[in-house]
Amino acid sequence: MAASHEANQWAVEIEDLVKRFGDFVAVDHVSLKVRRGEIFGFLGPNGAGKSTAIRILCGLLAPSGGRAIVGGFNVATEPEAVKKNIGYMSQKFSLYDDLKVEENIDFFSGVYGVPPEQRAKRKEFVLDMADLQERRDSMTRLLAGGWKQRLALGCAILHEPPILFLDEPTSGVDPIARRGFWDLIYQLSESGHTVFVSTHYMDEAEYCHRLALMYRGRIIALGEPSTLKKNLRSHSLMYLDSSDPLESMKALEGKKGILGVAVFGAGLHVSVQDPASTRRQIQDLLGQRGIHIRRLEMISPSMEDVFVAMIEEEERKAS
Amino acid sequence: MNTRRTRAVARKEFLHIVRDPRSLAMALGMPLMMLFLFGYALTLDVDRIPTVVYDSDYTPESRELIQRFQGSRYFQILGSVDQYETIERKIDRDQCLLGVVIPQDYSRKLLSGDEAEIQILLDGSDSNTASIALGYAESMLQRYGLELRAVAFNRKGGGHLVPPIEPRLRVWYNSELKSKNYIVPGLIAVILMIIAALLTSLTIAREWEMGTMEQLLSTPLRPAEMVLGKMVAFFGVGLVDMVLAIAVGVLIFQVPLRGNPLFLFFTGCVFLFGGLCWGILISAVARSQLLAYQMGMLSSFLPAFVLSGFIYSIENMPVVIRVITHVVPARYFVTILKGVFLKGIGFEVLWAEVVFLLTFAGIVFLLATRKLKQKLA
Ligand SMILES: Nc1ncnc2c1ncn2[C@@H]1O[C@H](COP(=O)(O)OP(=O)(O)O)[C@@H](O)[C@H]1O
Ligand SMILES: [Mg+2]
Repeated sequence: MAASHEANQWAVEIEDLVKRFGDFVAVDHVSLKVRRGEIFGFLGPNGAGKSTAIRILCGLLAPSGGRAIVGGFNVATEPEAVKKNIGYMSQKFSLYDDLKVEENIDFFSGVYGVPPEQRAKRKEFVLDMADLQERRDSMTRLLAGGWKQRLALGCAILHEPPILFLDEPTSGVDPIARRGFWDLIYQLSESGHTVFVSTHYMDEAEYCHRLALMYRGRIIALGEPSTLKKNLRSHSLMYLDSSDPLESMKALEGKKGILGVAVFGAGLHVSVQDPASTRRQIQDLLGQRGIHIRRLEMISPSMEDVFVAMIEEEERKAS
Repeated sequence: MNTRRTRAVARKEFLHIVRDPRSLAMALGMPLMMLFLFGYALTLDVDRIPTVVYDSDYTPESRELIQRFQGSRYFQILGSVDQYETIERKIDRDQCLLGVVIPQDYSRKLLSGDEAEIQILLDGSDSNTASIALGYAESMLQRYGLELRAVAFNRKGGGHLVPPIEPRLRVWYNSELKSKNYIVPGLIAVILMIIAALLTSLTIAREWEMGTMEQLLSTPLRPAEMVLGKMVAFFGVGLVDMVLAIAVGVLIFQVPLRGNPLFLFFTGCVFLFGGLCWGILISAVARSQLLAYQMGMLSSFLPAFVLSGFIYSIENMPVVIRVITHVVPARYFVTILKGVFLKGIGFEVLWAEVVFLLTFAGIVFLLATRKLKQKLA
């Protein structure tokens, strides 16, 4: 009993998941667990392997190794059962452009096998949720990006799946529409859906309950956004505004006590091991090169800093 | 197998066809265009048939006969030649369509009351025009013969009759002189093959291209359900085309439908089903619409057109090609079509063809769903 309760707690369980395309390893021994009702973020640059991992979880790709359980079903051996329990929004918009909004909804109601007596209700729910009531008769082709994304999300939840996989749902959408979309994700999460969402927008990562940072097929950090940031403070972050950022970067990179330098806006983010001693060192290094320091201060890291720092650490380990 | 999901696919597919002017034009416009191109357009402009005369008799009687051709609006005498070979050459080079050869003994036989013969050479490569031209020539000669007979009858006050002029035929290229009666039924097979194989293969390739296949695969929809749903939609289109083509053939081209229409309809459905499965099989191999189109053209349209006996007689093909025609389903359906339309025969004679079509459809259906499943996995 206790065991089954334990199992129930997880919407997604991945152990040692591997996906190879020929010699290339797109997903490299990934392990993670997602709680029911959680908004789980998958953050990583293009080519990190996010889509590949999500496609495996949706039963669209066979894993080369490891195990993935979604909604209690093994994706490799019970893909049919997995598909009944998930909604999936692929990275590329994939509704039918030549169908009307309503026709797309009806079609997906049909292929998801929504019982006929519930269809009308589900359709109204989705039209309301996506704010598409007035556009139900529009040709999907004519909708603006934000509406399309909401319709795609709506079509993916018609059958009330407990788990949702959204692959970069907001790419190419304006910031206001992105906000609106995240409001929907919160609504879904509050009503008990598990949302597994990938993104390469750092600000969106902060909206997630928990995050996995993916880089070159591997998970390089996993946890709540605030924890990830807190961990990073063990090596502190400083903001440097100087007369010549590029020269400054060259001067500081690879020096003792300096863990990483990254361009940030007009200035630089410098992560250091020990702020007290390194402040002096930075002033000396730049002073020798005649670079004028306008500002040098401690800051609290953003998600982007966490990410950059993690990747730099990863590269250091590799070399 | 879930009929609800299959129905959803069929309905959606039907909307695609109706919404897309290109596929609608292909589904309904192309069959009509082909029918009219092969049947009607060629029928319409048969007058002033370019004609060459070789008069080796050179008598008042033979000149009168030539006058008759000249006087008819259906023939245009381009000139006289003095060699048989010249006519052949002119037909070869498309300089004329009809040659009239009047033999040396024409007037002698006509006057002595024997059967006078003339020879008519026809360019049979365009069988429609040729058969129509021949029809005009024959009826004109018949009328002329009757006239001669009446004149002789009056003159002799009832003596022996002058027999009509007997044309002897030589047809170039198309020795059987297939008429629209042969072309139109055969064309139905070609049309159905295009609709079935080509359109179906394009629709799955389009799902791959648009990325919608990815979305479909994430739903509980199974490959067999998707295949069946798409097939239902195109089966509907194929049925419309079949009925349309038969109606146009019978009503506009006056092709006799001597056999059982229900038998024709049933075998048409079997043939259509086989073609649809073939289209699915293509789409299981080709992911782009362009590739699917090319493969569809090569593997369905061309064989149906060239190797089915629809235009070119199978008996006249080289042995190797003749053997190949045995695996072309259109060949069997063309045999059925011609048999039912022109000879009025049915299952009792054509059962072997029906069995082949059923077997073909069954095998390709199994292959198609298996292949698609493999590819989706
Ligand atoms: N079907 C495939 N065959 C070969 N390589 C692939 C395939 N799909 C993805 N890849 C490669 O795997 C890597 C990860 O891709 P992807 O999962 O799409 O990354 P992300 O979604 O994080 O941008 C990329 O380098 C991509 O080129
Ligand atoms: Mg991706």
